[in-house]
Amino acid sequence: MTEAKIRTEEMLLNMGPQHPSTHGVFRVVVRTDGELILESESHIGYLHRCFEKCAEGNNYLQVVPYTDRMDYLCAMMNNWGYAVAVEKLAGIEVPERAEYIRVMVAELNRVASHLLAFGTYGLDIGAITPFLYAFRDRERILKIFEKLCGQRLNYSYVRVGGVTFDMTEEILADIEAFCDYFDPKIIDEYDNLLSYNGIFISRTANVGVMPADLAISYGVTGPSLRGSGVQRDLRRDAPYGIYDRLEFDVPVGTGEMGQLGDCWDRYMVRMREMRQSIRLVRQALAGIPEGPFCDKKAYRAVKPKAGETYKRVEGARGEVGFYIVSDGTNIPYRVKARAPSFSNISILDKLTSLSDVMVADLVAIIGSLDIVLGEVDR
Amino acid sequence: MSELENRNPDPLTKNVVFLTAVDDIINATRANSVWPLTFGLACCAIEMMATGAAKYDIDRFGSGPFRGTPRQSDLMIVAGTVTHKMAPRVKRLYDQMPEPKYVIAMGGCVIRGGPYVKHGYHVVKGVDLLVPVDVYIPGCPPRPEALLEGLFKVQKLMKREKILDRTRRTTKPEVYQPV
Amino acid sequence: MARLEVGQIIAVLKEKLPDAVVEEVLDGVDPFVVVKAEAWAAVAGLCRDDSRLGFDLLSCITGVDYPEREDGAEIEVIYNLDSIANHHELTVKVKLPRDDPRIASVEEIWRTADWHERETYDLLGVVFEGHHNLVRILCAEDWVGHPLRKDYEPPDSFHGIKNVIY
Repeated sequence: MTEAKIRTEEMLLNMGPQHPSTHGVFRVVVRTDGELILESESHIGYLHRCFEKCAEGNNYLQVVPYTDRMDYLCAMMNNWGYAVAVEKLAGIEVPERAEYIRVMVAELNRVASHLLAFGTYGLDIGAITPFLYAFRDRERILKIFEKLCGQRLNYSYVRVGGVTFDMTEEILADIEAFCDYFDPKIIDEYDNLLSYNGIFISRTANVGVMPADLAISYGVTGPSLRGSGVQRDLRRDAPYGIYDRLEFDVPVGTGEMGQLGDCWDRYMVRMREMRQSIRLVRQALAGIPEGPFCDKKAYRAVKPKAGETYKRVEGARGEVGFYIVSDGTNIPYRVKARAPSFSNISILDKLTSLSDVMVADLVAIIGSLDIVLGEVDR
Repeated sequence: MSELENRNPDPLTKNVVFLTAVDDIINATRANSVWPLTFGLACCAIEMMATGAAKYDIDRFGSGPFRGTPRQSDLMIVAGTVTHKMAPRVKRLYDQMPEPKYVIAMGGCVIRGGPYVKHGYHVVKGVDLLVPVDVYIPGCPPRPEALLEGLFKVQKLMKREKILDRTRRTTKPEVYQPV
Repeated sequence: MARLEVGQIIAVLKEKLPDAVVEEVLDGVDPFVVVKAEAWAAVAGLCRDDSRLGFDLLSCITGVDYPEREDGAEIEVIYNLDSIANHHELTVKVKLPRDDPRIASVEEIWRTADWHERETYDLLGVVFEGHHNLVRILCAEDWVGHPLRKDYEPPDSFHGIKNVIY
């Protein structure tokens, strides 16, 4: 039979919302020609939990737990972003000790989040072992957090005016022990395990190449943008907290395994960021002063004057922003959350149309963008 | 398999011939190889993953191969908030699972809407409005130990199953049917 | 290419588009500028393309519902612009009538506006004219009403699922 006689047709393939590799309830409808994706269309909203409506019904302090549940993998940064915005609105001074504690917990949380990204990315690509390794070390961080605030995932630890509990000497020693354990031995282990694995490189290098100008136009931020070689980190470019006093590098993609801005670059930025995070934690450990851990008045109630503000912090996935409108009561008039994953994943449809993408590559691209659906849908 | 009881009444052959009920054998095998559906919706899914990973290791208790398809699984762990947009899918996935099937409602959102019960217009206030639930695990999110405890409860339920009684688990009549 | 203060940014806007700027507030918590709804598309294009401004990142689109304003019910749409190259930012507000909020879409200028505008349409009912696919993004496709309007009442049930349980 000659080739012309085989009847071929395009196929519509529905991926998700319940699919192991979409990291939650994300749905993509792809039009395929065999293995090749011609077009894809993303659908979100399967986890729309009405954060913004809930925020309009609770007072300023009660909103903090809802921010946890947006990006549940790096809850500390969401808390922090919200706290920074309310503090600006209400003119609250944060005690020095609280700022150091915030840096510590946020950076540890970033490591935990990147570890999960690393582990699940391995799973997406087909490597099961990295997942177990990543969770082994993630549990150590969660143990510290649990000691600190009693929760493993949704901490509500960073609050308006400071943090909820003081950090004891014992926990500081735990954090130091974790840093010694983790860096550099463990990260090198990960690099040996996955980063420079030949199969992994051939699955991720030159896949899902994201040009820098396109990424910016789509509002991509965080490690995904830095993977395209853009030097952009709010911790350095618009410092909040005490980041202007700390030393760290901003790793960006270099294109060493393929083109600049491919999946491997985005993945590698996260691995390199973990080292920088540990570096930041060590500096904060060395410099932490004595003193109060929260503004006394703000610990009880917050009532800002009428006004509005937009503040952003650098979360593990990009820029977490909060636009808060206050009408002078103790309940916010409007809270809008700018979720990094929401913008990051919007580029997916474009990426699949830019180059020849296989169905298996789609999984690699979604994994490299590292989305959290709680944050995409809010 | 310590729960299997030797029902051989004859003292002479008791140590040689093992007699037991078909129900017991089937239930023991079923309870010791629970295949959950990978059904992570939100935060609780991360704890579900942690339960399956290195430290908590759900495989120790005869469960663990998280399946990507409902057709191969007999336990649905609803981990995370169910929204109105997701509700028809939850129902369909449940319908696609083969009998006998079990449902664990993991976390406050799945039990009664959790923190979203008052203002969450788009949140289904409890997955038991959609599918019958066997075990509820409170927490936001529940710890992995709590999920393991819930699994033990499901295993206990499985051991009560009767092979001839196929009517126990019919869907509740008041439960919602997707449009 | 250098960092500009908000006052200088507004001066550039006024120089190029003298009629666009309605109001500027520089002494609030965050300084912002209010532009005319008709002029928004031109302002957006200028913000991105003018080399002194260079706002290449549209960070956020927020809609706020004000049903009880003295001069008529309004919906404010707030755009937070950011320049990665120049390290400055700007908050632009557009005020729209509440009963018929219409504004030009900027998805051709910043691609990220696509989803952000759909979200604002979904939750507040602001119509972005010229958007290629203005449908609900977060709520279910057949959801009724715009939840973040202040007078929104959630449905008692949705497709037979009880929504209010107490």
